[in-house]
Amino acid sequence: MRKAFIESLLAAAKADPRIWLLCGDLGFSVLDPFAAEFPERYINCGVAEQNMIGVAAGLAKEGKIPFVYSIANFSTLRCLEQIRNDVAYHDLPVRIVSVGAGFAYGAAGFTHFGIEEVAALRAFPNLLVVSPGDPIEAAASVTALARDRRPAYLRLGKGGETAVHPTPLELTLGHAIQVQDGDQATVLASGSLLATAVEAANDLAASGINVRVLSVPTIAPLDSNAIQKAAYETGNLVTVEEHTIGGLGSAVAELVATEGLPAKLKMVCIGKERTTPAGGHAFLRSEYGLTADQIVSAVRSLTQRQPV
Amino acid sequence: MIIPVHSTDRSESLARRIRKHCVQMCHDAGTSHIGSNLSCCDLIAVLYSSILRYDPNQPQMADRDRFIMSKGHAAAVIYAVLAETGFIPEEKLREFCQNGSPIAGHVHSHGVPGIEFSTGSLGHGLPVGCGIALAARADKSNHRVFVLMSDGECDEGTTWEAALFAAQHRLGGLTAIIDTNSWQSYGSTADVLDLEPFADKWKAFRWDVTEVNGHDHQAIQKVLSRPVDPNGPPRVVIARTVKGKGIPHMEDQLVWHYRSPSDEDVRLAQSILEDPNS
Repeated sequence: MRKAFIESLLAAAKADPRIWLLCGDLGFSVLDPFAAEFPERYINCGVAEQNMIGVAAGLAKEGKIPFVYSIANFSTLRCLEQIRNDVAYHDLPVRIVSVGAGFAYGAAGFTHFGIEEVAALRAFPNLLVVSPGDPIEAAASVTALARDRRPAYLRLGKGGETAVHPTPLELTLGHAIQVQDGDQATVLASGSLLATAVEAANDLAASGINVRVLSVPTIAPLDSNAIQKAAYETGNLVTVEEHTIGGLGSAVAELVATEGLPAKLKMVCIGKERTTPAGGHAFLRSEYGLTADQIVSAVRSLTQRQPV
Repeated sequence: MIIPVHSTDRSESLARRIRKHCVQMCHDAGTSHIGSNLSCCDLIAVLYSSILRYDPNQPQMADRDRFIMSKGHAAAVIYAVLAETGFIPEEKLREFCQNGSPIAGHVHSHGVPGIEFSTGSLGHGLPVGCGIALAARADKSNHRVFVLMSDGECDEGTTWEAALFAAQHRLGGLTAIIDTNSWQSYGSTADVLDLEPFADKWKAFRWDVTEVNGHDHQAIQKVLSRPVDPNGPPRVVIARTVKGKGIPHMEDQLVWHYRSPSDEDVRLAQSILEDPNS
């Protein structure tokens, strides 16, 4: 996703001189092409993320469109109040980018797990929360964000994510993308577990359960139309994300509750316990129950239950 | 556009008027921070009478100077000066801290012409000022960026992150003014987190440092009107001030960070601050 991000950003920056790139002393080799091509619009702000967000807010206030780049928690939780006050409340077009969402930097240990930030950012006013499902969606998200004026958070993987979509696509911020149709349940995935959700849907199809798969690249604002439709048409909803409570699953639960949707819901997400402190990406996903088997079990538990 | 011409009489008269407003507003709203407002009235009065380039009829004028009140708890003084300079009607001051009013207890930009940025959590103004100064240079604009901070605010790490950044990028168009009244919320700065040697700290961060008596209008005007080198070092003016300045029984007393002026305080302030020329 990092590669897709920088390629898409370069294209956008060529077309729009308002686009800047700020980093918090991270992005070695990834950001080099931007720095080489647009040195006057690239700043390494040093290991000082709170200042970096303030600087970005100042630039945005004066008409620039700054993308702010760092790893997982450093561009989000470390500077949460700057995002809240300076960016979100002032409704400024700052694009906060984190790489290594979820357990992508899992071997680096707990400090580098990016698994709670959506819960906080989703609560802020005006702020888009964008979590693309594969490199194709990541590229399309950058293109869409370059044209949008709302403040935004872009949650990226690290590298090597499976491409789910066969060809480049246009992404409308705030809209879900139907990857495949089905009528017995809907699996809603955000972030790079999208490929795992598709794998689970294929496993279920082999045993005769037809599952709709919705990629939800924008968690805030949520595509309430697509989710309501899924609720009415399939009755069973399973959310999938490499994040703890407060993310996509919670957002869907809020919608189900507030709209009184006729749906049963299961959340496949990270629990509150932090049982395993470090490990490879696949290992940690397995440890924390983020596998195709878990999604299959969640769908089966709903489709086999009696209707409410 | 208003092109300011310095007149000490004019700025001192403005300072008296905004002090009166501050006491009245904090009394009416029953709010805190009168001491913090009074300590920077002279700085604000000089800025708005002879330093800042602005036009109250075009608050978003492209080449206006940008002023960020980073010590957002001193909000009354900003609304007061905006009323005195024609950005907002004087009646608006009566809405200070009232239900639904944009004239909030901490500096609030939304719906208040003339205010660049909402503040209130300390340590936000200088980073934002850095971004604005960077943008000005990129756009080849010659407007200046001023950030007024408190000394207590320099406890915040972001102040020093921004100090490094501004020096690294030689943001000469940026001027930080520190209302150094030697008090913070729960004690003297010397007792809580001693900032001294304050000027040396900023010098070590490679800023152009000036110290000034923050109640001497002529001296403030002289320091702030020095010609600007947009690619030179950023500037900091350490303005030595007295908390509660102008109302003798409020001066240098921590309690006036919290206490609201009484009816008697308002009467006293009106008499002390009477313009001798009126």
